[in-house]
Amino acid sequence: MDLTFTPAEDAFRAESRAWLEANVPHGLRSGDTRDGFAAHLEWERALHEARFAVVSWPDEYGGRGATPMEWLIFEEEYYRAGGPQRVTQNGIFLLAPTVFEFGTKEQQDRILPRMAAAEDLWCQGWSEPNAGSDLAAIQSKAVRDEASGGWRLSGQKTWTTRGAFCTHLFGLFRSDPEAERHRGLTYFLVPLDAPGVTVRGFGRLDGDEGFAEVFLDDVFVPDADVLGAVHEGWGVAMVTTSSERGLTLRSPGRFTATAARLIDLWRERADPDEARLRDAVTRASIDAEAYRWQTFLTVTRMTAGEQLGPESSLTKVFWSDLDVRMHETALELLGVDAERDDTGWMKGYQFALSGPIYAGTNEIQRNLIAERVLGLPRR
Amino acid sequence: MRFAFTEEQLAFRDAVRDLLARECPPSVVRDAWTNSSGRTDKVWSRLAEMGVLGAALELRDIDVVLVLEETGYAAVPEPVVEHAVVATPLLADPGSARAGEITVVTAFEGQGPVVYADSADTVVMGSEAGVVVLEDFDVAPIATSVDGSRRLGEVTGSGARVADADAFHRAFDRGALGTAAQLIGLTRRMLDMTVAYVIERQQFGAPVGSFQAVKHHLADARIALEFARPLVYRAAWSMSEGESESPVHVSMAKASAGDAALLTAGKALQCHGAIGYSFEYDLHLFMKRAWALAATWGDAAWHRARVGRAIL
Repeated sequence: MDLTFTPAEDAFRAESRAWLEANVPHGLRSGDTRDGFAAHLEWERALHEARFAVVSWPDEYGGRGATPMEWLIFEEEYYRAGGPQRVTQNGIFLLAPTVFEFGTKEQQDRILPRMAAAEDLWCQGWSEPNAGSDLAAIQSKAVRDEASGGWRLSGQKTWTTRGAFCTHLFGLFRSDPEAERHRGLTYFLVPLDAPGVTVRGFGRLDGDEGFAEVFLDDVFVPDADVLGAVHEGWGVAMVTTSSERGLTLRSPGRFTATAARLIDLWRERADPDEARLRDAVTRASIDAEAYRWQTFLTVTRMTAGEQLGPESSLTKVFWSDLDVRMHETALELLGVDAERDDTGWMKGYQFALSGPIYAGTNEIQRNLIAERVLGLPRR
Repeated sequence: MRFAFTEEQLAFRDAVRDLLARECPPSVVRDAWTNSSGRTDKVWSRLAEMGVLGAALELRDIDVVLVLEETGYAAVPEPVVEHAVVATPLLADPGSARAGEITVVTAFEGQGPVVYADSADTVVMGSEAGVVVLEDFDVAPIATSVDGSRRLGEVTGSGARVADADAFHRAFDRGALGTAAQLIGLTRRMLDMTVAYVIERQQFGAPVGSFQAVKHHLADARIALEFARPLVYRAAWSMSEGESESPVHVSMAKASAGDAALLTAGKALQCHGAIGYSFEYDLHLFMKRAWALAATWGDAAWHRARVGRAIL
């Protein structure tokens, strides 16, 4: 065990910190609005030019081959500097790990550099009106078009984050109608300007047009845009969903940065004798530290070659509940100012409330923990 | 950064785990509730033979934290933390303590009553004034613990001052850390017992563990364990390295481990139902140890207040 950072890690931190402090933009509009999205893209392209957009990727795709630990360090520095949530995150953190694992060399060469450069903007096409956390209930269809060497997609995807501003969608479609539930699904990559695609943006809880419905009417997709084997999409998608719940999307840096902002708010606002809120702020900081150290433990296991599986459900419940709790504490500290929209906390609270719902609700995650981590029987 | 234990550390843990599985099953813990000392016949000498009682003299906190976790898992009814981790390193001549020939306990400010004082040969008393070793002392039994093996007493006596206030603070942190490790072990034990029980137990024509409400209780306990454990290991590392922030790290560990154990005790009892509420069933041996250890060496509120003073 050595919990100190290596000289290389320290040097990487210093380089990241210096660049981020000089370059992180402040006061951008929400990336879930059309104008805000454009401003965010400009920032993410600057990030790419400095080769900080995808630090853990190989050099040839725009990265710098950073270790998972260095990636965590970068994320800590990113959020410490006040960097905004990445609007390209669904591509970079969800699709890309899947492309690295299941994509052909041709797909990797074609997809990854443009993704890293924020030229192609990817959204996730999992959910459907009748398939949210029950992802195996997907009904959108893929019908074989042998003559054209591809597939015809039809159906509706929804709650697609930033779908109205993106250029491409990745998602699961039912390619074998006879097969049961999670069998017979195939993972497709779909350009949103393909004939037959209609995208309609709609508002989220916080009013931003961050969601979209995507209607597919006989949309042609060539075989080259199938990711992984035909009918084997469930297994391919599981890589994406465990990334979504676990490490790659929810870097501890985000939560330690929120805890640090909460402490600042405490110093500004609190009555120092008020024991309950003092305890709540302390608890939030301890829990953010716990998340950080649990992640270091996980990264060490990954680095040693261990495959991670259902543990990501533990992580997902923990960070999403923590995020809500930290924002609730902040709103209490704000008192009468909690309702104002210019402090960032109410907006952040509404965003935090999505955590226990998306990527499989926390109720689903608790079932997975019980069944796959603890070994309890299914019903 | 590499957050993993060495082969040697894991081998030491495994050896102690095997020993305790053999020598300290729940029946032995239960016997300690009713015998004269609250302790066991053999476990103390076996731990001494294995080097656990002198471990803090030769090894670092990070080398013994997993072993302490195992003593929690088994709910060993012996003053392992008080003797081996806290007191022995403070003695001028720790030879007989290391060999398990004498038992040393601690009377520390902030720790609460003195545990196992009536079977102790030596008492190490710590306060802001420094550390004193008592060889002549009187013990007044003051109360029975919720955990029947933990004999509580009040100690009076005098002796020679052997160390300063800094040593007292470090020793206190070592006690809190050792107790946090034991609480992690207890949490694992209660969870293991409950998982086994709800798989076995049938109601309404199905295993109780197939019901979602039961699953969610146990998932919450598992989450609490998952995120308390790394804080305990980090604190052990921090103590080993003598980091200036180690008291804060210890407090984070003790608060989180105590909370995880108390949460798990509650979930374990609820998921066991009435059988868990019976004195004849073993669950209460572990629950009560968890309650006792969560309260001693500073409870979660005390430790969070210490963290708060450092960070707010």
